[in-house]
Amino acid sequence: MTAAVGSSTFAFSPENKAKADKAIAKYPSGRQASAVLALLDFAQRQSGGWLPREAMDYVANYLQMPLIRVYEVATFYSMFNLKPIGKHHVRVCTTTPCQLRGALALVKACETKLGVKLGETTSDGMFTLGEVECLGACVNAPVIQVGDDYFEDVDAAAAARILDSFGQGQWPKPGPQIDRRNSAPVGGATTLKDLIA
Amino acid sequence: MLADKDRIFTNLYGHHDWRLAAARQRGDWSNTKELIAKGRDSIIDEVKKSGLRGRGGAGFPTGLKMSFMPKQPDGKPSFLVVNADEGEPGTCKDRDIMRHDPHKLIEGCLIAGSVMNATATYIYIRGEFYREAEVLDAAVEEAYAAGLLGKNACGSGYDHEVYVHRGAGAYIAGEETGLIESLEGKKAQPRLKPPFPAAVGLYGRPTTVNNVETIAVIPTILRRGSAWFAGFGRPNNTGTKVFCISGHVERPCNVEEEMSVPLRELIERHAGGVRGGWDNLLAIIPGGSSVPMLPKSICNTVLMDFDALRDVKSGLGTAAVIVMDKSTDLIAQIARLARFYAHESCGQCTPCREGTGWMWRVMERIAAGKAELSEVDMLLDVASEIEGHTICAHGDASAWPIQGLMRHFRPMVDKRLLEYTRPAAAE
Repeated sequence: MTAAVGSSTFAFSPENKAKADKAIAKYPSGRQASAVLALLDFAQRQSGGWLPREAMDYVANYLQMPLIRVYEVATFYSMFNLKPIGKHHVRVCTTTPCQLRGALALVKACETKLGVKLGETTSDGMFTLGEVECLGACVNAPVIQVGDDYFEDVDAAAAARILDSFGQGQWPKPGPQIDRRNSAPVGGATTLKDLIA
Repeated sequence: MLADKDRIFTNLYGHHDWRLAAARQRGDWSNTKELIAKGRDSIIDEVKKSGLRGRGGAGFPTGLKMSFMPKQPDGKPSFLVVNADEGEPGTCKDRDIMRHDPHKLIEGCLIAGSVMNATATYIYIRGEFYREAEVLDAAVEEAYAAGLLGKNACGSGYDHEVYVHRGAGAYIAGEETGLIESLEGKKAQPRLKPPFPAAVGLYGRPTTVNNVETIAVIPTILRRGSAWFAGFGRPNNTGTKVFCISGHVERPCNVEEEMSVPLRELIERHAGGVRGGWDNLLAIIPGGSSVPMLPKSICNTVLMDFDALRDVKSGLGTAAVIVMDKSTDLIAQIARLARFYAHESCGQCTPCREGTGWMWRVMERIAAGKAELSEVDMLLDVASEIEGHTICAHGDASAWPIQGLMRHFRPMVDKRLLEYTRPAAAE
């Protein structure tokens, strides 16, 4: 395999290098390309939430993959951002189960609160607002993902509160924003009652 | 209704600790060595007798699938891959298993892996489940530290590694060969079959891909016996199942119930009923977004299992029940799903790549009323041309929601188009 030749202004921090080597060790020798999603994720986190070309080139070199194979992967998967984004990436799920429970109103509420449209970044660089396909938390719809966390059972007021909180440098509590335990029904589980008590 | 003593996922809602000590108290890892010692044929036979069918959507008999793996190891690696890329709209059950009961899954990996002579398990978890992957990673580490995984796992004499692999946002990576491609570090574009993964899978080696729930129930089935598991549900549709009830119900939730539970009972008993009462129901998508919707008349009596739902031209899929009441614009919702399938098409087969986008655009026009009546037939014609003409089932899955809408609600669709065109024609 031809080693990649690209620009090299990006390099993993010692911490990320250790994580990268640990990730590569999960796969049989010679199958290091399997770690490409992991390494691109580390590179993205280190680059402030997006993947500059130098970072992709670095990952390609690191894994001895042709550059094009890494570009293909980076453009295929929706969690890789190929343009700079705000400090907090806010993604509203708008797929059917969330839409049935008010996701469109939630998008509007976030747009109003942040003063940007879907796909845009606030002028202070704090937030990028986006839309996302089904996050897989449908019984807690509607759901907003901010960074690595899910905020569930969110209405317009809760969304405003969450965004305010992030804006003030706080880290609001993820999970359901109403009184319920994870995916159990509001008002308490209908099953497992003895085990819960 | 299923009794609590017969529930497998006793920490579904996370009221208790997910860690090893608490998992052991719930019965996990109690006699794993003895279970492994039963051997391949005995375990496969037990799983077959339990009637367990794959919980990821297709419902393929799990015991049979296990038996497809080579009987004699050839000294080279083979793999169990757990599909934790949960992304079918409406579905959020595997998330609960992984964040609240990860040891059930990990123990299942070891036992199922031993049956298949697999050298390692890769758990492919969707990238968005970051916190769930953290839990799973920690649980795997605990299992290694306790000697439950790795060399001579559980003292069984069998070596087995378990690795957690995070995805990065692609619905199509949930298709088994797309998942394998993704695991190899490529775009998640499904492979042409045959060869099937059991012959040529991950890194070209024998591989079985199973859903999280399927693997996680296996240890309990072996402990309590196939007859116990087979005692729930109807023949050919046995066992317990985690259902996800979302949409227009009073109290959306996940719940483990008996297979073949009547749909209405499931919703009324656990989800507080349809918002505004059962009579306010318009339609239900019973098994995740890919399966065709059912009108209220069918929902009144249908049972939640593979065969009953197939008989009404829908499917159990992932058992994700999406409820839509009379306030729903069904056409707009199906248009939204059409957009989902267009967005998630991997792009390698022309009928799907071009067709899903085309169907989405037409559905949007129909939802707005801005289409000719004849276009509905054309849409159905195109849908049937996509269905069955692509490498993987994504093409089928994109066609089914539209076909379901037109099968049951065609008059409503026609009415919208007529109402729009009539005033224009009168000018």
